[in-house]
Amino acid sequence: MALKTYFSFQEIQHDLQLGNLSCLDLVNDYIEKIHSQNDINAFLEIFEKSAVESAKLVDQKIKSGKAGRLAGLVIGIKDNICYKDHKVSASSKILEGFESVYSATVVERLLNEDAIIIGRLNCDEFAMGSSNENSAFGKVKNPLNKKMVPGGSSGGSTAAVAAGMCLAALGSDTGGSIRQPASFCGVVGLKPTYGRVSRHGLIAYASSFDQIGPITHNVEDAALILEVIAGKDEYDGTASSVPVKNYSALNFTGKAKIAYIRECLENEGLDPEIRSKINDTIAELKAAGHTVEAVDFPYLDYLVPAYYVLTTAEASSNLNRFDGVHYGYSSPNSFDLESTYKKTRSEGFGPEVKRRIMLGTFVLSAGYYDAYYSKAQKVRRVLTDKTNEILTDYDFILLPSTPGTAFEFGQKSGDPIKMYLEDIFTVQANLTGIPAISLPMGKHSNGMPFGIQLMAARFEEEKLLAFSKLMISLTDIKESSKAL
Amino acid sequence: MKIDHKTVDHLAHLARLEFENESKEAIVNDLNRILSFVEKLDELNTDNVSPLIYMTDETNVLREDSIHETISHAQALKNAPKKDSDYFRVPKFVEKK
Repeated sequence: MALKTYFSFQEIQHDLQLGNLSCLDLVNDYIEKIHSQNDINAFLEIFEKSAVESAKLVDQKIKSGKAGRLAGLVIGIKDNICYKDHKVSASSKILEGFESVYSATVVERLLNEDAIIIGRLNCDEFAMGSSNENSAFGKVKNPLNKKMVPGGSSGGSTAAVAAGMCLAALGSDTGGSIRQPASFCGVVGLKPTYGRVSRHGLIAYASSFDQIGPITHNVEDAALILEVIAGKDEYDGTASSVPVKNYSALNFTGKAKIAYIRECLENEGLDPEIRSKINDTIAELKAAGHTVEAVDFPYLDYLVPAYYVLTTAEASSNLNRFDGVHYGYSSPNSFDLESTYKKTRSEGFGPEVKRRIMLGTFVLSAGYYDAYYSKAQKVRRVLTDKTNEILTDYDFILLPSTPGTAFEFGQKSGDPIKMYLEDIFTVQANLTGIPAISLPMGKHSNGMPFGIQLMAARFEEEKLLAFSKLMISLTDIKESSKAL
Repeated sequence: MKIDHKTVDHLAHLARLEFENESKEAIVNDLNRILSFVEKLDELNTDNVSPLIYMTDETNVLREDSIHETISHAQALKNAPKKDSDYFRVPKFVEKK
């Protein structure tokens, strides 16, 4: 018999403590729910054997009172996060069959606290995309309306959480890849500060942008997972030594000072219903005694161009490791070393990945480096300085997560620039390294959910999460999948 | 900047990729469109702005230089498409004169 659908880790812990639920039952139930919703294509693989084994082990630990903080948390991982002796492919043909020889730091930390990893989740190839249409293993459907995309690139992760196939998931966010699909699927998605979470064991896309973060039904679970996975790591020199705070305390006291970016709210591409919901939220926050003021950020049109120059440059460098020699796919059509590289990469990578490698190669090439790459790095400083300036005066910046709700398959896939502009409200946080969260705050008259985004200064996750909890209490959509 | 077929051939070689016929037409078009989109950046004055290169405040992250095995020889070869017991195998690329 199917178990009830759980919407919070607290509920699961409660039932585990009462003894009317076991981790094994829970894992078996999630496996059943994944199978029965196979058409969504969220999971690339269920780690059935290791998940069932862990469940039994964690059940024993619970009995003996030795269980970790995440005992009973059944979590999926995006298919670009390594788990020792398990397959990982970045949803690319070039890594088909690859088995990781080590675990990502985030995976180690989850397992140390007795979380159960149930499988790997579909995504856009190498996390490049905003609709999950770029996976070599088929598109993911939005569980709230199967004609619609789930968003991307962590679309399998957000779809799985929204559809109740696992309680939570890890995604990665380079330009919005956690927050945009969270908005489209009606779940909570957090991109931590750059350096808050170790990237060791994350298949690299753009190393000065990438961050791993949680996708959950509520702020409490996101905070708890962040608390476990965050912190210094000897395997990632960019992982920060700033102490990890008690994020799960979620205690916001006093009144907040919030800025909203005038240009974002006035943006003509923004759906009027989303604009109106943000205006309502602003009014509600003011009524509760918080200060909310408009600020100018005259750089909106530069965000996506700067993002694409820098991320493609980093991607072109990161992806040169896929050579048909060390691991993964190797073309049977090659006849010498050079054709091993060229045929393997041409046959193994999908069109969007090749497009980005080519653009990145161009902006880094002799004669164009200063005009494009170096220019974009300078723009990045301008954007960062201005964003930091706003966050010196204000606690948070409030803005939409996405210009609209989930769109139909094929609607934007023919036009790369249209697709790139999906990220217009999310790339700012990655370009400037600050934390940002997308909260399910509304439901459109078209039936689809949308998120509202909050950003804070670097390493202010404690404040960001605490205020998120407060803000989400303003809306009647408190838990994502109840919309299902 | 206008990208032509010759530039694409050069870039493709640098990136160790191949584009032929339709896919070459498509990448020429896409790159031109994307470049004119990103050239928006030229409108922003960045005189006297230094490039932002590092996103982390961590400096000189050091550790003891101690020897330890991260993965075994066999594990390192585990995913190789072509290998023997000791080495990755590649096509011959140095000719005897």
